[in-house]
Amino acid sequence: MSTASHSKAAVAFIKDEPRTDWHDETLWFVREKRDKAAHGVAEWEQLREWASQIKEHTLSNLDKYLTAFEEKAIANGITVHWAADGKEHNEIILEIIRKNSIQRIVKSKSMLTEECGLNEYLHGKGIEVVDTDLGERIVQFRDEPPSHIVLPAIHLKKEDVSETFHRHLGTEKGNNDPQYLTEAARQHLRSKFIESDLAITGVNFAVAETGGFVVCTNEGNADMGAHAAAVHIACMGFEKMIPKAEHLSVYLRLLARSATGQPITTYSSHFHKPRKGQQVHVVIVDNGRSKQLGRPDFRNSLKCIRCAACFNTCPVYRRSGGHSYHTAVAGPIGSILTPNIDMKANADLPFASTLCGSCSNVCPVKIDIHQQLWKWRQVIAAEGYVSAGKKTGMKGMAFVLSRPALYRFSGKAARWFMQVFPFLFRSKKMNPWYRQREMPKPPAQSFRDWYKKNKTA
Amino acid sequence: MSVREKILAAIAANKPALTDLPVVDLQQVTNYEEPVAKFISTLESIGGKVYELQAIQQLEQQILQEKEEGLFVLDTFAGMEDSFSAWPATDMEPIHKAYIKGSIGVAENGAVWISESQMVNRLLPFVCQHLVLVLEKDKIVSTMHHAYRQVNTFEEGFGVFIAGPSKTADIEQSLVIGAHGARSMTLYLLDTK
Repeated sequence: MSTASHSKAAVAFIKDEPRTDWHDETLWFVREKRDKAAHGVAEWEQLREWASQIKEHTLSNLDKYLTAFEEKAIANGITVHWAADGKEHNEIILEIIRKNSIQRIVKSKSMLTEECGLNEYLHGKGIEVVDTDLGERIVQFRDEPPSHIVLPAIHLKKEDVSETFHRHLGTEKGNNDPQYLTEAARQHLRSKFIESDLAITGVNFAVAETGGFVVCTNEGNADMGAHAAAVHIACMGFEKMIPKAEHLSVYLRLLARSATGQPITTYSSHFHKPRKGQQVHVVIVDNGRSKQLGRPDFRNSLKCIRCAACFNTCPVYRRSGGHSYHTAVAGPIGSILTPNIDMKANADLPFASTLCGSCSNVCPVKIDIHQQLWKWRQVIAAEGYVSAGKKTGMKGMAFVLSRPALYRFSGKAARWFMQVFPFLFRSKKMNPWYRQREMPKPPAQSFRDWYKKNKTA
Repeated sequence: MSVREKILAAIAANKPALTDLPVVDLQQVTNYEEPVAKFISTLESIGGKVYELQAIQQLEQQILQEKEEGLFVLDTFAGMEDSFSAWPATDMEPIHKAYIKGSIGVAENGAVWISESQMVNRLLPFVCQHLVLVLEKDKIVSTMHHAYRQVNTFEEGFGVFIAGPSKTADIEQSLVIGAHGARSMTLYLLDTK
């Protein structure tokens, strides 16, 4: 009884078949780049193991690391804030804006601020935020959420971007050249950076031993904002913590290779102390994370470094698009993170998977994503959040599968029906399975019968 | 209880049993036989241009020439006047080219570490249209593990690993060089022998 449905949204997405194929192929291309980059590092599996163990250790001592980070950050001249949920996070930011009479705000990519709905919240208070990551700016113009945490506009074609920029930036109509369009965005956003009073960024890694944090971008937008504006607010979920600066080496080697197949992002910026005259704030957010930490089956999800390798490899994500997931973080990782925050609203997401396990295989911090998807299904069913149709179907299936004689009879009956009344099975109304698929020809006999006949003693 | 205390208490109550922190052993990571060659090929593959340089004076000549041509060119080699660190963004924006020294290069990914004292103004390596870095050849290490053992990345207020020019592929995965940061990145490898 979820309020939204991945499968329904996916039906709308796949209506345009060539476009669905293009989406699928584009993301698979990114996955292939990831493979090439990963295979170029002999110690790749060792790195994944270290990355997983460092996060494991950090989670097991997280309260200590957070207080150590806070103490150092304060000593470095940074103001540290704590937010229990998205609402508090947004209110803290609003207060900083009001206190400093801030007019112009630029923001680089931060999935946390998407999770907290910061832009909408500030919009409601009459305050506009300019997203500066190119992909995020494109979707912001279009009044859409990002569809991918690393490639926010991956669902759009260059013609769509051209049309959007023509409308909002006055670029030449019909000019679809990515170089031309990117240049237009560069010019447009340069003036925003230069004039801004406040820069909001995310945090990729926060280092307990130094009280500093690292932000990674390819475009340079986080730095253009943070070093130009008088105030910098960095927002982080508390799981961004790592113990020491030297551990950054493990994560920076894995992050970009897993995300886009690059050996490292263009910029890996280490923020430590405010520059002269600048204010730096760090907002540490819980928003359900402490609850997830208390779920032994699911706490590993907090190791995530948001590389999106699991998105790019997922056959369901590639063919259903990010918006079908109706959450800030889509894809396989989003499907194990979001039921924790709102189980009812996101009850459909753990079912948006074939459980093929590819996500777990590419995960740089070795999260057992597909196992968790399977476990969430059980939790969701136990809590009564699966649809009546699915529940009845599952119950019926369990009843038949646990009774061999009935199972054999049902198989025989189904084969007979499929041969005699094929139209029943080819009715899109009566057989939802047929809606996007071809039905196989009914076999003459079951495997069991065939085996019994052909078995040689 | 404050929000902070509540969050910390919830974490303390819910965290798993303490596990050991693994040791990142340098014996288990890549060590290139020719890190300089690897560094050059990696940086070129991500859009950087690399030239070898016998002496820094050669570059100073080039800078002088560019300035004479009327280009807004800055170099931080000999230090800058104190006020430069506080130049506002509006004054920084027209900078055409910036020359900055880096302290370490990483062969596996083409990244160069630049500390705040090397860039002087934090905006400089990002806002300039063209970025030129100078690195001593013997400062190239194999991997990020080696780099973090050699530089204290949190010694100063800010520092950055830069690997190539700014780029984006946000429009249909087409790679475009020159997103918001520098449009080009050139590296001069200084011979130290």
